[in-house]
Amino acid sequence: MKEVLFKILENKKIAKDIYEMKLSGDTSDITRPGQFIDLKLDGFYLRRPISVCDLEGDQLTIIYKILGNGTEAMTEYPAGKTVPALSGLGNGYDTALSGSHPLLIGGGVGIPPLYLLARELRKEDKKVSVILGFNVEDEIFYLEEFKKLGCEVAVTTVDGSFGIQGFVTNAIPDEYSFFYTCGPEPMLKAVYKATKTSGQFSFEARMGCGFGACMGCSCKTLTGYKRICVDGPVMMKEEILWED
Amino acid sequence: MGRLSVNLCGIELDNPVIPASGTFGFGYQFVKFYDINCLGTFSFKGTTKEARYGNPLPRIAECEAGMLNSVGLQNPGVDEVISKEIPRMLKCFKKPVMSNVSGFSIDEYVYVCEKLDTVDAIGWHEVNISCPNVHGGGMSFGTDPKMAAEVTKAVKAVTKKPIIMKLSPNAPDIVAVAKACEDAGADGISLINTILGMRINLRNKKPILANTMGGFSGPAIFPIALRMVYQVAKAVNIPVIGMGGVSKADDVIEMMMAGATAVQVGAANVVDPLACKKIIDDLPAALDKYRINDIKDIVGGAFNG
Ligand SMILES: Cc1cc2nc3c(=O)[nH]c(=O)nc-3n(C[C@H](O)[C@H](O)[C@H](O)COP(=O)(O)OP(=O)(O)OC[C@H]3O[C@@H](n4cnc5c(N)ncnc54)[C@H](O)[C@@H]3O)c2cc1C
Ligand SMILES: Cc1cc2nc3c(=O)[nH]c(=O)nc-3n(C[C@H](O)[C@H](O)[C@H](O)COP(=O)(O)O)c2cc1C
Ligand code: FES
Repeated sequence: MKEVLFKILENKKIAKDIYEMKLSGDTSDITRPGQFIDLKLDGFYLRRPISVCDLEGDQLTIIYKILGNGTEAMTEYPAGKTVPALSGLGNGYDTALSGSHPLLIGGGVGIPPLYLLARELRKEDKKVSVILGFNVEDEIFYLEEFKKLGCEVAVTTVDGSFGIQGFVTNAIPDEYSFFYTCGPEPMLKAVYKATKTSGQFSFEARMGCGFGACMGCSCKTLTGYKRICVDGPVMMKEEILWED
Repeated sequence: MGRLSVNLCGIELDNPVIPASGTFGFGYQFVKFYDINCLGTFSFKGTTKEARYGNPLPRIAECEAGMLNSVGLQNPGVDEVISKEIPRMLKCFKKPVMSNVSGFSIDEYVYVCEKLDTVDAIGWHEVNISCPNVHGGGMSFGTDPKMAAEVTKAVKAVTKKPIIMKLSPNAPDIVAVAKACEDAGADGISLINTILGMRINLRNKKPILANTMGGFSGPAIFPIALRMVYQVAKAVNIPVIGMGGVSKADDVIEMMMAGATAVQVGAANVVDPLACKKIIDDLPAALDKYRINDIKDIVGGAFNG
């Protein structure tokens, strides 16, 4: 992990409230899919954690959704602007666990980190099935990108406006060797219940530092306390302890 | 001794910059960013008798110029701090470190201080009295001069190293608490801890912090902290460590002019892991700018203004 000054190459809307930002800078500390960067935005005190969606040399892609004032302000950032960030944060997914037919399950802006993961797994020639979950059709992004990687892709929408109607759990196939997932917590809980194999989950938390010093993101697991920023965000299914 | 050096309760610091407890872990988390031996010292994570998980998530919220935390003193307990955290710290930090002790009863403060007093690497104990007293109806030790004095006396009786009492700004009369600690034998005073605050999520009408309220710190509290440091430093004859919102070299100078012998930096480390290094690097030029030869000369410089 290190502090990097990224330069914005492109920042464009790709779906309803969803933006894709391409950055260039020192990406050497990013070693695994599922890691994140923590962006320092003008006028906001804490940094904003965003997953690495794609990586190619010194070019980095992130995808973000307008949630509050910080992500809203990011939509105004022009190409050429520089953004300081802490880079290479978090443990990331472990591709070695995938088996021959991994299943990737993403919901909303939980989908971006699965893209780099899918790319890595396809590079290793794995058969990759992907389930992308959205609320409505106009939120859909990266469907073609996943298909281009040679993944088998199913889309679910809650209102049925595209693909399979309902939640991602309605599209889980019978056969897969391992799964990787990222998305809102209710979705993660449903995936936890609906899956039969082992898998890796990526979690979110409001963070202070993002690098393990402040204990702001520490959660209870079956294997002890874990800081989502450094011991996570990715955790094994077997260690998750759902509170409430 | 350079122009940045200061003496804190008999121990020389290369400079007055000290990362504040809870924002610097046990130091090793920062080694990836810089060599932490450039620091004056640092105050390690608040340590209690037993291991504590702390409060549920979310524990962090922000405002334009600061942050709130309700970490709730998560730490592995004094035994594991001594057996695991301090050995790990020693690999990357070679100067005397400041312990930070919390407790929910006088016995607990005594227990933890007595154990930590045997650790060679520790130069000072900073005793955080912002915690609620379980035997005192949950009221914080730091809000009442009498209770603060009792803690001070009790920990002084079992320790050889300097005792620095860390005060809470949530006390009705912080000067009275400081004087009570001094009279009870404290070797130094540090202030301020966080100010109780709150934020609400407008989307679901619920408090953002799971604990509803949390400690507010960062640049927004600097003027309040500075005022309290000034009032306390004027009233006591022991060294004062000033903190609250310090984020740059100018803030360090201002805190020292208000009477602080050394300065702690908290939230700034959380948003910028390099914050303390940058402040130390910037200090010589800042001294030049204000025509200050030696940083020691400015302590309490504003008293006669
Ligand atoms: C490891 C990780 C990876 C993430 N990856 C992505 C991604 O690829 N794309 C994406 O759109 N979003 C992602 N998020 C969520 C993203 O961080 C939040 O949506 C964003 O911080 C909201 O900022 P805001 O100023 O718009 O919202 P506000 O509500 O105004 O933010 C206020 C504070 O709360 C924090 N916060 C609010 N919501 C969240 C949340 N859900 N998670 C963490 N912190 C939050 C903010 O960081 C900020 O400190 C990720 C979060 C984590 C922890
Ligand atoms: C995340 C966080 C954790 C903290 N934990 C402790 C602690 O364990 N013990 C303590 O005495 N103070 C703790 N504090 C208070 C700081 O040491 C400091 O007194 C306060 O934050 C004011 O300084 P600042 O404005 O520079 O942050 C904590 C502060 C933060 C932000
Ligand atoms: S956000 Fe500070 S420890 Fe994870």
